[in-house]
Amino acid sequence: MNTGDRQVGIVLVSHSGPVAEAVAELARGLAAGGATAPVAAAGGTSAGGLGTSAELISEAARAVDGGAGVALLVDLGSAVLTVKAMLAEGGELPEGSRLVDAPFVEGAVAALVTASAGGDLAAVEAAATEAYGYRKT
Amino acid sequence: MLDTDFFRRWMTATAAAVDREADRLTDLDAAIGDADHGTNLQRGFTAVTAALGGESPATPGAVLTLAGRQLISTVGGASGPLYGTLLRRTGRALGEAPEVSTGQLAEALGEGVAAVAQLGGAQAGDKTMLDALLPAVQALGTSAEAARDAALAGAAATVPLLARKGRASYLGERSIGHEDPGAASSALLVGALVEAAGASGGGGA
Repeated sequence: MNTGDRQVGIVLVSHSGPVAEAVAELARGLAAGGATAPVAAAGGTSAGGLGTSAELISEAARAVDGGAGVALLVDLGSAVLTVKAMLAEGGELPEGSRLVDAPFVEGAVAALVTASAGGDLAAVEAAATEAYGYRKT
Repeated sequence: MLDTDFFRRWMTATAAAVDREADRLTDLDAAIGDADHGTNLQRGFTAVTAALGGESPATPGAVLTLAGRQLISTVGGASGPLYGTLLRRTGRALGEAPEVSTGQLAEALGEGVAAVAQLGGAQAGDKTMLDALLPAVQALGTSAEAARDAALAGAAATVPLLARKGRASYLGERSIGHEDPGAASSALLVGALVEAAGASGGGGA
């Protein structure tokens, strides 16, 4: 499926700010030669420590939301639980936001490649989740 | 019956208990987690107290939903969404009633605890906050004191358990022999019900 000119946004939620930023940069670097779909990092707490900030996640999701949906990828512990709790509450994330079950780094690259090629939210989710299937041994 | 003021007192008594016990919670978390449980909950309940001071929620349910939202947005660790979901779901279950019975609170808290179990994917015996909360909900039908005692006993009973959820589960057998910090803080939350009832001159809860 193709979303036309509106691209799915990607939010990378990590327990660590630098990890989220670095994975976003890695995904951008690998996803395309030119412009990619919007991707934003939401790592660590608002104060810059390890943990998760609902505010940073909300801001990142709003920043990448172009109306075609937002795929949220998460790493550990509070990153997973915070996004789940926000989705359960409703109103804190843009319409069409979805937690995607995927390996964080590989999933981020797959998601951004797919979103940049115009894939819809289901296609982005499928590509990210499929990254679990790539065996390394 | 428990009115809106009772629920405000419950939250401020919890905040005071978390302040008092923050070092112990962090020490427990240092043994099997990442040594931030006390400070995280302190930050969260400080924000809850401030929000309750700034806004005037009109019903018991509104007090708990406001508190839950504050915890999710300020705690920063896994305890934020877990306690936030607990209070918010309990608050929602209480609806718009201006006052509720202890039995209604027990039933609503049961829904909140079920939501926590679903969010974290944990069960009784996994060495989590559920091991204090599940027996507390059962005992709350009797009295707040019974619930507090059940929560404390549940928390103490996590010591010999093997952690199956969260950071502590990576330790495997080395998680045995330590009290679960989430169960310990849950016992503080339940114990604060007794303080909230006492501050009104006793009875009621």
